[in-house]
Amino acid sequence: MATLKINGEKKTVDVADDTPLLWVIREQVGLTGAKYGCGIAQCGTCTIHIDGSPVRSCVYPVGALSGEEEITTIEGLSENASHPVQEAWAELDIPQCGYCQPGMIMAVAGMLNDNPNPTDEDIDAEITNICRCGTLARVRKGIKLAVDKS
Amino acid sequence: MADTGMLSRRGFIVGTGATGLTIGILASCAPGGSGADQDATADPSSIDEINAWVHIDTDDTVTVRIARSEMGQGTLTGLAQLVADELDADWDKVTTVYPTPGENLARERVWRSYSTGGSQGIRGSQDYVREGAAAAKAMLIEAAASAWEVPASECSSENSIVTHGQSGRTTTYGAVAEAASQLAPPLEVTVKDPSEWKIIGAAKKRLDTADKLIGKQVYGADIGLEDVLKDTDATPDKLLSASIRQSPKIGATVASFDAAAVEGMPGVQKVVALNNPFGEGQNAVAVIADTWWQANTALDALPIVWEGGVDFSTEAFEAELDDGLTSDDAFVGNGGGDLAGAFANAAQIVEATYNMPFQNHACMEPMNTTALFTGDRCEIWCPTQNGEAALAAVSEASGLPIEDCEVYKIHLGGGFGRRGAPDYVQQAVMLAMEMPGTPVKLLWTREEDMKHGFFHPTTKGRVRGALDADGNMTGMHLRISGQSILAALIPQALQDGVDYATFQGLLPSGVDERLEDQTLKYSFDNFLVDHAMRNPPVRPGFWRGVNLNQNAIYLECFMDEMAHAAGRDPLEFRLAHLQDSPQAAAVLEAAADRSGWGQDDGKHRGLCVMYGFGAYVAACAEVTVDDDGALSIDRIVAATDPGHAVNPQQIEAQVEGSFVYGLSAMLYGEITFVDGVAQEQNFDTFDSMRIAAMPEVETIIMPSGGFWGGVGEPTIAVAAPSVLNAIYAATGKRVRQLPIKDQNLRDV
Repeated sequence: MATLKINGEKKTVDVADDTPLLWVIREQVGLTGAKYGCGIAQCGTCTIHIDGSPVRSCVYPVGALSGEEEITTIEGLSENASHPVQEAWAELDIPQCGYCQPGMIMAVAGMLNDNPNPTDEDIDAEITNICRCGTLARVRKGIKLAVDKS
Repeated sequence: MADTGMLSRRGFIVGTGATGLTIGILASCAPGGSGADQDATADPSSIDEINAWVHIDTDDTVTVRIARSEMGQGTLTGLAQLVADELDADWDKVTTVYPTPGENLARERVWRSYSTGGSQGIRGSQDYVREGAAAAKAMLIEAAASAWEVPASECSSENSIVTHGQSGRTTTYGAVAEAASQLAPPLEVTVKDPSEWKIIGAAKKRLDTADKLIGKQVYGADIGLEDVLKDTDATPDKLLSASIRQSPKIGATVASFDAAAVEGMPGVQKVVALNNPFGEGQNAVAVIADTWWQANTALDALPIVWEGGVDFSTEAFEAELDDGLTSDDAFVGNGGGDLAGAFANAAQIVEATYNMPFQNHACMEPMNTTALFTGDRCEIWCPTQNGEAALAAVSEASGLPIEDCEVYKIHLGGGFGRRGAPDYVQQAVMLAMEMPGTPVKLLWTREEDMKHGFFHPTTKGRVRGALDADGNMTGMHLRISGQSILAALIPQALQDGVDYATFQGLLPSGVDERLEDQTLKYSFDNFLVDHAMRNPPVRPGFWRGVNLNQNAIYLECFMDEMAHAAGRDPLEFRLAHLQDSPQAAAVLEAAADRSGWGQDDGKHRGLCVMYGFGAYVAACAEVTVDDDGALSIDRIVAATDPGHAVNPQQIEAQVEGSFVYGLSAMLYGEITFVDGVAQEQNFDTFDSMRIAAMPEVETIIMPSGGFWGGVGEPTIAVAAPSVLNAIYAATGKRVRQLPIKDQNLRDV
């Protein structure tokens, strides 16, 4: 049994403590924006925020939560896709297949929470999500546009 | 069943004549009638369709039916642009829907091919899609003209409005849609001249972005009970999930498994061994549980004993590939002149051997399908590149007549050629048959996805070239040694044993019109391109760009080697052989010029030009290699001439993305087998380019008109050769063994 606060709502779920947060969010809470891509924290499609910082939820055991943390998923990032990152993504038409984009957007939004004006080197170090369609060139432009919009 | 589908899927229409059906305009524009009723679930309206391609609601919403699959490549938006332009529709009111493969079957394939591959989405359907839209427009105008009792010829259309010029009267498409839907289709229509296009050629935003920004886009992996209930007439009250383990070793089967060991674990409903969809025996075990995590956890704990299989190793297979490089026995793909004479009289002979390892598609979304079997009906929710092949697979696996099967297509989380194969569809159906009445969602782990691919085949290329005393190339022999995709997947497409698709980008012009989009654009006097087929027991597949990728490395890295051996500029050296293809020369020069080729600015550049999937593409890469041999790909200028450019900003996105896919393979991509087991099983060992390695990409779109070329694949081929040639410019070293991975570029 675990209690978590997700997108501002308290949820109690009956799962084993070692269940990855990703699967709790997807299968118990029922929010499917965060995706499964690798299960070993390599690709970043599962990225969510815990207290505003990006976390790869596929390797984060739900039992490690105290219940007080603020968990944010792509569904709770903003009202009406109004977060600067989402607005930049829409303006530059970034997603292709889009499967990695919830994780990509959450990774970028999380980076900007800590570092509102990242350099290219910061971006290189912080944004390590995989996108097989290859949106990476536009993602870099999108980050800069999001900074301008913030 | 799936064979012709897979064939046309890639556009390799070799030997079967399966060039698509020759349904005339009348069939594709037949009015709704009973067919519209079958579409009732697709369109939220009681108004009949105008025709198969277009439905218009009273509120003017234009719903365009899209048969091809959207997997990120933008074909959904591009096809909608084709229809909207011919229809003179208001773009802001356009939406799309996938008609199901079952509906297509019931309506005698009115939407024709569903296969989405070979960069065919737009170029392979633009004619009948535009004709269908033009017919719908004629019916809307006719309906308005009849109401006004004026000749249709006095009316015009624009922005979803019909206007009668003389009286100035106007009406909306929505107002006349119902009347138009009752009219007979026109006997013939004329589509617009490209000079009249307004929506085609415009950099429209994609139609499918909004939900992707908020986590609302539903992928196959996300399917839940509510998604199933939207489509099915059945009334399941829950959805179960399944995870699967397939034999780690090629060809192995299940000897035994201890189901009792996991049957008591939380959520577990059933433990099942599954038949191999493509072979003998049972090659997989799956657990069905309340949640996927429970299923996968139980599967991890399940003791499975495998038996048999093939001790295949990529390392040992090198010897077979090397044998093929020098074998006297090879299939000829192209050639002419006096090659022996050219080598006998050569002032200099250059030789190089390159390799291409197995690649996995590695779609971000692992393979999955949700299936519901109710005894007399079987339905699936499936991300597929080939809806019709998936439908056939459902029928085959369930044993039900195809009329009692249905496929609900879901946007794909990546396809790249992998999702044309129906293996995961058959598995999902087999699992659903264990749980009649309850939908079962099968989702593979990343490890299953990585190990059980349809791999980009391994080949080697050995190229020998002759130069005369003036540095002119007088002869070239390109020998490809390695695996044939068609021999494994579509053997009936071989012609007297030859897989002509192996020669993609190297084929002669004017011989076979079905392969005209894959021909060599260089003119060589004395040359030979041949293939020694060496087939390993690894199942190959169509991997974005397919054989064009390795052929571009063999041809274009070697052209660079020849130019340097001749002491000539690699651009000038190439242009000397492109005199018969002004379009190929144009893209090459455009990329070189924009990049600053020839400038004495200390930058290290490499070129590549290819023709494939009916489009001309070129790239000029700029790289830096530091003293320790570390590579930085700084900038790439890419030029593409696809004939007509339907959506320039989406073409740009495809070109940029092609460098991520192509350069990921060049830098890291390799599946190796030891004792029949794939060694790279996740992204930690099969890496993909991250943003830090991504070069700046500048795309030059230069549509010369008059033809329809592909966009999604051709640029992949120029990615690796342009960078490899730039690495040589920087280091004087040739990388001929891929992937680069941890090779020191100062010491290769």
